[in-house]
Amino acid sequence: MTQDSGMLKHTLRRLLGLLPTLLMLITVTFFMMRMAPGGPFDSEKLLPAEIEANLNAKYHLDEPLLRQYFRYMGQIAVLDFGPSFQYKDWSVNELIAQSYPVSLTVGGLAMLLAFVLGTTLGIAAALRQNTRVDYSLMGIAMLGISVPNFVIAPILILLLAVYAGWLPAGGWDWGIASMVLPVVTLALPVTAYIARLTRGSMIEVLHSNFIRTARAKGLPESVVIRRHALKPAILPVISFMGPATAGLISGSVVIERIFSLPGLGSYFVTGALNRDYTLVMGVVIFYGVLIILLNFLVDLIYAWLNPKIRYDEKY
Amino acid sequence: MALLELKDLNVAFEIPDGEVHAVTKLSFSIDAGDALAIVGESGSGKTQTMMAVMNLLAENGSASGKALFKGEDLMQMNAADLNKRRGKEIAMIFQDPMTSLNPYLRIEQQMIEVVMHHQGLTRAEARAHAIEMLRAVRIPDPERRIRQYPHEYSGGMRQRVMVAMGLLCEPDLLIADEPTTALDVTVQAQISQLMTELRAKSNTAIILITHDLGVVAGLCDRVLVMYAGEAVECGTVEQIFYQPKHPYTKGLLKSVPRLDQPDDSGLEAIPGNPPNLLLLPEGCRFRERCPSAHDACRDTPPMQLDGQGHAWRCFLGPTDE
Amino acid sequence: MTKSTDSPVIDPFEAALGVHADKGRSPWEDAWHRLLKNRAAVYSAFIMGTIILLVLLGPLVVSWESDFTDWDFTSSPPSFSSGHWLGTDAVGRDILVRTLEGGRISLLVGLVATLVSLIIGVGYGAIAGYFGGTADRIMMRIVDIIYALPFLFFVILLMMVFERNIVLIFVAIGAVNWLDMARIVRGQTLSIKNMEFVEAARSCGVAPWGIIQRHIIPNLMGVVIVYVTLTIPQIILVESFLSFLGLGVQEPMSSWGALVSDGAQDMESAPWTLIVPAVFLTVTLYCFNYIGDGLRDALDPKDRL
Repeated sequence: MTQDSGMLKHTLRRLLGLLPTLLMLITVTFFMMRMAPGGPFDSEKLLPAEIEANLNAKYHLDEPLLRQYFRYMGQIAVLDFGPSFQYKDWSVNELIAQSYPVSLTVGGLAMLLAFVLGTTLGIAAALRQNTRVDYSLMGIAMLGISVPNFVIAPILILLLAVYAGWLPAGGWDWGIASMVLPVVTLALPVTAYIARLTRGSMIEVLHSNFIRTARAKGLPESVVIRRHALKPAILPVISFMGPATAGLISGSVVIERIFSLPGLGSYFVTGALNRDYTLVMGVVIFYGVLIILLNFLVDLIYAWLNPKIRYDEKY
Repeated sequence: MALLELKDLNVAFEIPDGEVHAVTKLSFSIDAGDALAIVGESGSGKTQTMMAVMNLLAENGSASGKALFKGEDLMQMNAADLNKRRGKEIAMIFQDPMTSLNPYLRIEQQMIEVVMHHQGLTRAEARAHAIEMLRAVRIPDPERRIRQYPHEYSGGMRQRVMVAMGLLCEPDLLIADEPTTALDVTVQAQISQLMTELRAKSNTAIILITHDLGVVAGLCDRVLVMYAGEAVECGTVEQIFYQPKHPYTKGLLKSVPRLDQPDDSGLEAIPGNPPNLLLLPEGCRFRERCPSAHDACRDTPPMQLDGQGHAWRCFLGPTDE
Repeated sequence: MTKSTDSPVIDPFEAALGVHADKGRSPWEDAWHRLLKNRAAVYSAFIMGTIILLVLLGPLVVSWESDFTDWDFTSSPPSFSSGHWLGTDAVGRDILVRTLEGGRISLLVGLVATLVSLIIGVGYGAIAGYFGGTADRIMMRIVDIIYALPFLFFVILLMMVFERNIVLIFVAIGAVNWLDMARIVRGQTLSIKNMEFVEAARSCGVAPWGIIQRHIIPNLMGVVIVYVTLTIPQIILVESFLSFLGLGVQEPMSSWGALVSDGAQDMESAPWTLIVPAVFLTVTLYCFNYIGDGLRDALDPKDRL
C-alpha cells in the first residue's frame, strides 16, 4: 500500500466519523434548550396572550417538539440559524458573522502563542531537568495552570492598564494594543499546560533507546535533539491541541466579557441569560463545528507526523 | 599499545535505596583486530561496562577509572572529541532491536546520517553505501526497504539494520551487545560470518557481549567472564572452555548443553542467586553459591596468573579441582 | 544458555526492587514513602489542610456575620483597628468572612461534583472495559463524541435550563466532567480483567458484577485517587468560572469565583476585594494540583503527563 492511499483512507474514515458527533451536538443542544422552563418572551412582561401566541406561531414554537426539531435540522442543513429572538432585526447568521472574526483572531493568536511558547519552555526545562531553571519554569507553569483566567485578567488590567497605562483596559479596535492583554491572558493556562506536557514527553523520549543509539553514532547533542527527539516529543502536544481548542473557546467567553470584546462569547452569555434560543444554539453549533473540525485537523497532522498510523490499516 | 584498555573501571547507579555497584574495579584490554567476548549472567555488569566506555550511562549512573582508547582516556574526553570517535572509530550495536531504532525516521535517514556526519559523504554516496551495507546483512530488496520505517521491519531485520549501521564506518572497535540473540540460527550464523569478514577486512576489533557461549567459540579469541560486576576469569577461548579455573566459569560451562559430552552427563544449574549489588558481601562475591567455598573466601581473593594469559580471581590454585 | 532456572534476571534496577521485597513493603507503603519525599506535595497538603480548617472553623471565630453590612466601614482597606482584618467590600461586608464562607461553597462544589463525576465515570468505564467487545466500542464511541463537544457550554445550558440552585451545580458540572475518568478506568479495567486473579474468580463462578465490585474496583484505586485529586481543582475552577459569569451560585450565597467577580468590579478603588478571594482560590488550586502531581508520581512513576 502506498503512503498516499493510506493517508486518504485515514482521512475519509475520520471525516465520516464526524457526522455522528455533529448530529449529537445539534440534537443535544436543541432538546436542552427546549427543556428550559419559560420561553424567550417571558422577560417582556405581561405580553397579551394573543400576541404571545402570534410570536410563538411566527417562530413555530407552537408546533410539536419533534416537528420543530426536524424543521431546525432542515434549516441547519442550509446553514440558516434563523432569526434572533432578542436582537429583533438581526438574524443569528448576521450576529455570528460580525462577531466571529474577533473571537477567531484572539483565539488563533492565543493558540499560536501557547504552542510556540509552551513547547519552547517545555523543551528548555527538559534539557535542564532537575536544575534550578527546570524547577522555576515548572513552578511558574503550575501557577499558570492554577491561576484562572478571570483572576489574571483583572490583575493584569490593574497593573498594565490602570496603574501603568501602557495598554487599554478593554475594547477592540483591531489594533495590536487592544489584542495584547486578551491574547496573553487567554494563552497563559494553555501555555502552562503545553509546557508541562512537552517537558514530560521530551524527558521520556530522551530516555528512550533510540536516542541512545543516536548518541552512540557520535552525532552532536543538538542534532540528536532536533532530528531524533523533537518530533516524538511534540506528538503528545499535537494531540492535545484538540482539547486545548475547546479550553480556549471556554476561556474566551470570560476573556471577551472582561475585556468587553464584541466576540461570539459575549453574545453567548447574553443569549444564555435572555433565553435567546436561536442565538445560543447558533453559537454552540458554530463553536461545536469549529472544535470538531480542528480536532479533525489535529488528527490528520498527527497521522501525517506518525509513520505508524500513516501505514497501519488497523488505525 | 592496546586499542582499548580499561583500568579500574567502576560503575555505580544512584537509586533511592542507595548505590548500586554495577561494575567494580574492572581492568582488561583488547588489541587492534582482536575479538573479546564478555560473558556472564544478566546484571553481571557487562553491558554497563560498555555503556560507560561509550559515555552512555543513564543519568543516575556514574563511572570512574580509565578507559584508554588509542592511549586517550575516553572518561576525561569532552563531548566534541568523544563524538569524533563514537560511531566512527567505536561503534556499538545495542541488544534491543525493537526499540533501538527511531520509529519516526526512515531507515535511510538513520543510516546515512552516520557516514554523512563522520566521513562527509554526500547524501547520494551515503545512500549507496548504506544500501550496500544492507545487502551485506542480507536485507532483501534494500533499495526499496531503505525507504521504509522500522515498524515495517521484523525484529530480526531490525537487528540486522543495527549491525549494518554499526559497520558503516568500518570502526576500529565494534561493541556488540547480544547482537544475535533476537535472530534465528541461520541469520545468527550469517551475522557472525559478517563480523568475522569485517575483522579480517578492516582489522576491526570486536567486543562481544553475550550469554551465548556457542557464538563465543565461533567468533572470539579471548573470553572475559564477569560475575556481580567483577572480572572473575579471563583467558583464551581454549583456556576458558577446556581449563576453566574459577568455579563460576565451571558452573557456567556445565549449564550449557555440549555435543562432545555423553548425554547422561546432564546439565547443572548454578544454585542460588547473584548477590544484591546494593549490599555486596565482603570477600569473594561468588562465595555463597560456590561448591568449593571455604573460610578463606571471606577475604577478597587475589587475581592469579598462569603466565600464559590466563587469569582468575580465586584462592584455588591452577591445579585444584 | 547460562541462565539457570533459579537465578532470575537481575539488573541494577530490579536489584533495587529486590530490596523492597526483602523489607516486605506493600506497593501502597512504597507509594506513601515516595509521596513523603515529594516536598512540593507535602507542603501543599499542609497548606491545603490549613485552608480547609480556616474555611470550616474561621467563620465561627471571626466576629462578623457574612451578610452584616458595616456602614461605618464601606470599602475600607485591611486594618486591625476597624476589626475588618482583610477589609470590607463596597457595602461594608467583611471580606475575610465572606471569603471563608465562599470557600465552603467552592470546596463543597469541588468535592460533591467530583463525587458525581467519579461515580458516573468509574461505573461507565469499568462496565465498558469489563464487558469489552461491541458494548465497549459503542460506549467509548459515545465518549469520543461527547468529548468533541464544547463541554462548558453544556454546563451553561444546563444552568439556563433548570432553576439555578446549588444541587444543580454539583450535578451539572459532575455530569459533564466524567469523560476522562471513564476513559482511564476503562483502560485500567481492560488490563486488570485479563490478570490471573480475575480469571480465577471467574472460573469459580463469581458473577460479573461481583468481579467488578470485588476485584476490579479495588485495583483501580490508584488511578482513581490520582484522578480525583486532579479533578477537584478543575471543578472548583469551573464553578468559579460560572459564578464569575453570573451563572453560578446566587446571592446571598457566594463562592470564590463570585467574590473574584465582585472584586473585579471594584478593583480600582478597593483592590483587596479582588486580591483576597483570588489568593485563596489560586492557592487552593495550586495545592490540589501539586498534591495530584505528587500522588501520580508516587502511585505510577511511569506515567507523567
